[in-house]
Amino acid sequence: MARQVFAYIVHKKGVADETAFEMVAAAKRIDPDASITAIVAGTGDNLNAVCNEIASSYHEVWKIDNKALSYPNAEAIRTLLVRILPEQGIVIIPHDTFGMDLAPGLSIKLNAAYLPDAVDIDGVDENQLKAVRQEYSGQVSTHIVCDISGGAVITTRPGSFKADETKGNGGQIFDKTAQAMEGGFPETGRRFIEVIEAEVGAVDITKSEILVSVGRGVEDKDNLEIVFDLAKAMGGDVACSRPIVDAKWLEKSRQVGTSGKTVRPKVYMALGISGSFQHQGGIKGAPFIVAINKNPKAPIFKVADVGVVADMLDFVPKLTDKINGSR
Amino acid sequence: MEILVCIKRVPDTSENEINVNRDGTDIERDDLVYSVNEWDNYAVEEAIQIRDRVGGSVTVVTVGDEEAEEVVRREMAMGADKGILLLDQVFNGSDGRGIASIIAAEVEPQKRAHSPLLAAENASESKNSKLPYGRRFPAACAGELQKGKYDLILTGAQADDGAGQVGGMLAAMLDRPYASLVTSLEVIDDKKIKVGREIEGGNVEMLEIDLPCVLSIQTGINEPRYVGIRGIRKTASVEIPVYGAEDLGLSPESVGESGSRVKRLDYFMPDSGEGAEILEGSTDEIVGKLVELLKARGGIK
Repeated sequence: MARQVFAYIVHKKGVADETAFEMVAAAKRIDPDASITAIVAGTGDNLNAVCNEIASSYHEVWKIDNKALSYPNAEAIRTLLVRILPEQGIVIIPHDTFGMDLAPGLSIKLNAAYLPDAVDIDGVDENQLKAVRQEYSGQVSTHIVCDISGGAVITTRPGSFKADETKGNGGQIFDKTAQAMEGGFPETGRRFIEVIEAEVGAVDITKSEILVSVGRGVEDKDNLEIVFDLAKAMGGDVACSRPIVDAKWLEKSRQVGTSGKTVRPKVYMALGISGSFQHQGGIKGAPFIVAINKNPKAPIFKVADVGVVADMLDFVPKLTDKINGSR
Repeated sequence: MEILVCIKRVPDTSENEINVNRDGTDIERDDLVYSVNEWDNYAVEEAIQIRDRVGGSVTVVTVGDEEAEEVVRREMAMGADKGILLLDQVFNGSDGRGIASIIAAEVEPQKRAHSPLLAAENASESKNSKLPYGRRFPAACAGELQKGKYDLILTGAQADDGAGQVGGMLAAMLDRPYASLVTSLEVIDDKKIKVGREIEGGNVEMLEIDLPCVLSIQTGINEPRYVGIRGIRKTASVEIPVYGAEDLGLSPESVGESGSRVKRLDYFMPDSGEGAEILEGSTDEIVGKLVELLKARGGIK
């Protein structure tokens, strides 16, 4: 019998997140013949739009419609999922800020194994699921085996599975609201107040064609001067990775990454940036990436076009001088 | 407010290049420098600041080996009032659920036997443990446990060798509300707090959460204070209680390797794919090549 695999769909403003199609690919990696069911929680027209958008990619779509789901509360959704999922079910959830809120606790309430942040899946042998994870900011990988005989909650890293665009499943939409609401809408000790939108800074790096982006390798706030000098010489703007914002050396609006801005420059200079997947997730539009880092193992070199293994503090001033001198 | 912060000793990746050992069973640990997980350090700082504002106490807890005691002392030097080490051979090989269940048993103890104290003299020097960090804790039946003693439990949002799972699991085991990736925290009264959690695109989700609760703390929420060698020395003689499976009322099979449903098979270096073209030569030659490449790509306006 084909294995049944569930995927929890993250969506916003009536549009499914890209991960909706990546999870189809991940489910097929678990079992090529899997019966794949999407679960979509939300309300009204937006919910229906998402269900229709993804229906052809899934065998079934289960929707849960309630006004209180207009903004997703991971704690309430956890209870709803426990009510509708079969025992020993396998559930895939995106490893994003919502998935990190939902998945660990869901695995406890389902009494299922938890396999977090998978970047690849090798398949299942005798209820042993084999997958690949990364550790130490992507510097090393590990093979993981997960006993799924009692069910499993698996989170998949966004962007790691190539979206499945075959759309050959012709899924039927089932309304699971009644079953999910048995016992009423879940009471939780956590209430949504509002979303505070990120401020736009003095420089809008999402519009920049040339970005000179700086990370931990700058070592000291005073050294930022050489970064601004290079940006000036190149005619670009200064961006940064998370540690620079955490240290309050640059404003949040200059941060590139999933928790910062998504940028689409033509040229991206990564200075002293190791290149975590969260940082890489903020670089779109296939720019020409130059990485300068003293650690030859830094993950940024895997996605860069050109790399220089050097201490940015030594190298950057020389590069700036050369550009200024060559005009 | 009584606050518990879960911390972990990890290799410092900003200081170390991480490699796989020869037979792929672990990372190469011989030359690693260890410290407290960066996210946990923000969590401890936040706890100290809350205590200083509203009163109460801060306890730091770790599941680990004898070496882990050094990070407990470090965080006590920062200002935490108490430290607890959860240590037992049967904890080795625990997955995330195992670790969460060990901490859950400390929070809501079924029984607490006589607890030995680790001699302070043993505390310092040793390093380069062969025990892989993060493979150390397993699972208990938290639902049946009695009411616990902490109003607020904080963890780091993630660790370099983990995946941000223990906090969410612990909260579910204890049936307490949970929020991950917290970047702001305000105590409203002794019943509730207001937190901001980081979501995609630099936006912040504001929530009101009932106490007691569990939160995972994201970096950048505060600026952790500096701890000098002298500060750490002052905590060297403080006794740190050590509890094992029996003290916590945990059955040995529920934790460690036997209680784990998720296991590492091996370590390997990631497929590097195409990768960058690494420019070689003298610095002058590299600079020259790079300027030509940048000009060709429109990188110099």
